[in-house]
Amino acid sequence: MSTPNPPLPEVAPPRVTPRSVLTRLGTLGPLLGLLALAVVATLLNPDFLTASNISNVLTRAAFTGIIAVGMTFVIISGGIDLSVGSLAALIAGSMILIMNSLKGSLGAGVGTILLGMLAALAIGALAGLFHGTTITRGRIEPFIVTLGTLGIYRAVLTYLAQGGAISLDLDIGDRYSPVYYGRLLGIPIPILVFAAVALLGGLILNRTRYGRYVQAIGSNEQVARYAAINVTGVKIATYVLLGVCVGLATILYVPQLGSATPSTGLLWELDAIAAVIIGGTALRGGSGRIWGTVVGAVLLVTIGNVLNLTNIISVYLNAAVTGLVIILVAFFQRGRR
Amino acid sequence: MQAIKRFVLLSAVLAGSASLSQSTPRQVIGVSIPSADHGWTAGVVYHANQAKAALEKKYPNVQIIIKTAKDSTEQANQIQDLATVNKIGALVILPQESAPLTRPVANVKAKGVFVTVVDRGLTDPKAQDAYVAGDNTAFGRVAGEYFVQRLGASGGNVVVLRGIPTVIDNQRVAAFNAAVAKNPKIKVLDAKYGNWNRDDAFKVMQDYLTRFPKIDAVWASDDDMAVGVLRAIQQARRKDIKFVVGGAGMKEMIKKVMDGDQMMPVNVTYPPSMIADAMRLTVESRVTGKPMKATTIIPSVLVTKANAKQFYFPDSPF
Repeated sequence: MSTPNPPLPEVAPPRVTPRSVLTRLGTLGPLLGLLALAVVATLLNPDFLTASNISNVLTRAAFTGIIAVGMTFVIISGGIDLSVGSLAALIAGSMILIMNSLKGSLGAGVGTILLGMLAALAIGALAGLFHGTTITRGRIEPFIVTLGTLGIYRAVLTYLAQGGAISLDLDIGDRYSPVYYGRLLGIPIPILVFAAVALLGGLILNRTRYGRYVQAIGSNEQVARYAAINVTGVKIATYVLLGVCVGLATILYVPQLGSATPSTGLLWELDAIAAVIIGGTALRGGSGRIWGTVVGAVLLVTIGNVLNLTNIISVYLNAAVTGLVIILVAFFQRGRR
Repeated sequence: MQAIKRFVLLSAVLAGSASLSQSTPRQVIGVSIPSADHGWTAGVVYHANQAKAALEKKYPNVQIIIKTAKDSTEQANQIQDLATVNKIGALVILPQESAPLTRPVANVKAKGVFVTVVDRGLTDPKAQDAYVAGDNTAFGRVAGEYFVQRLGASGGNVVVLRGIPTVIDNQRVAAFNAAVAKNPKIKVLDAKYGNWNRDDAFKVMQDYLTRFPKIDAVWASDDDMAVGVLRAIQQARRKDIKFVVGGAGMKEMIKKVMDGDQMMPVNVTYPPSMIADAMRLTVESRVTGKPMKATTIIPSVLVTKANAKQFYFPDSPF
């Protein structure tokens, strides 16, 4: 026979039916969403594609993006952290106060700034350690622990600032500002740090034993325990990792405006969580992708940017547009579940 | 018999002490304000505490209780406690929001407490005895008039940053637009929300700079937002922007005006110290028995290099 026997239509084809095509498309959902948004944005305002605008957008995405990379680990392991915005504000305020007080003995030099950065990372790590320990050993829901610290951190910052602003010493600010405003090979430093964090996060999640443990715990904690995985240790480590990410994001944030106020980092936790979820990580844990999170973070910032670059939608409806895009992207991903 | 005697004696003592206290009436004044959650409210808390110290020193029979609330619900509970537990004779309140607090304030007033409302009016003016407020219309108008005068006959392109969608913000922006409309050469390119927040203002200004190749002046409409706007301009290294006007009188910005900063030539007041004025007027009227004016408007004035000194409070957090 010149023609081969047709395969049984009921058995083989389902693997290439629209459903599985949708599934594959679904994985690319956030990326397609971002591309669609970019096309619309360019049609509305050609300035969208200028190098300076793209660099603005990516720099803005760096703050919540770096936090979101850490958040991806926490969410994949089945946890959540609502406190990251407040923590960023507290770290920003504390590191400014520390650097200002160090100026007397160390001057406004690199040493002072490095110690400030170290303090930021340390505070972040300690906060993460506290979250992780209370959640695992104290057996309190992560939602509750971090809801509590969300209030605590911001209140402490507001207290330190007396409700006003904590401002960085001007001399230190001048020395420190290149960390935000500077460029390396023509690329703003926050973008480079964001890229490095994302790359490292991806490697840890997909190429190390630790990353596999995180995914195993998120998909079934009981089974992970039977498999002799140190569930408590791995979980605590995810919160510490996130705390360090928050510290890192704050290190980039402080030189931007040189001040911390009670409205610093407001709602960053929701942006970070939204970026993770848009990126295709399941809120109930078990599986996720770092690159998706990165795209999610950029997507969120782009929506705001596009709305600022155009005038077609009433300013009262900005939040509605953001909400709509989030739901649409999630809709295109639903094939995976 | 013994019991009745004791009872008579006790009531005589009580009556005596009551008449004694009537000769020097002790006044308890409750002050209910939003907690310090951004620069301006931090200034309110600061000035309220300053005024408490000064007034209690001046009038030894006056006791002032200050309560701060993070939202309307908490504030409603607090004024209820002030009336029932602390037995206040007068209440000075800066409501978090107008509508939800109108009923609770009316309830307190119905108990015989004298009520002074500050800044944000209630939806029913019958719930208050006196009203002390900043002038939001003037806040926008004074800034707009400065733009008209400064940009002159040649006019120019102006961008505006709005606060948070509220009645206050609408009044300010409408007054600003009306004032600059007097010069047809001034073009308001766009007005977007910066939420009275440094970070948001930074982003909005960055996007304005991307979108508009030539901007002559910026009305940031608030000093916190002006901080972000200045940084965005600095980062973009744009030289076309001649000046930025914030508002409300943050100490750092008043300092810039004092020092003759080119980018920050003026400021418009919307003083958080209005809470102190309201407290002083209320206490004075309670102590002297003279009625208080039903409405007191604290004017918004233009701060220039010449008069900046009198608006500079270096110790205030705002």
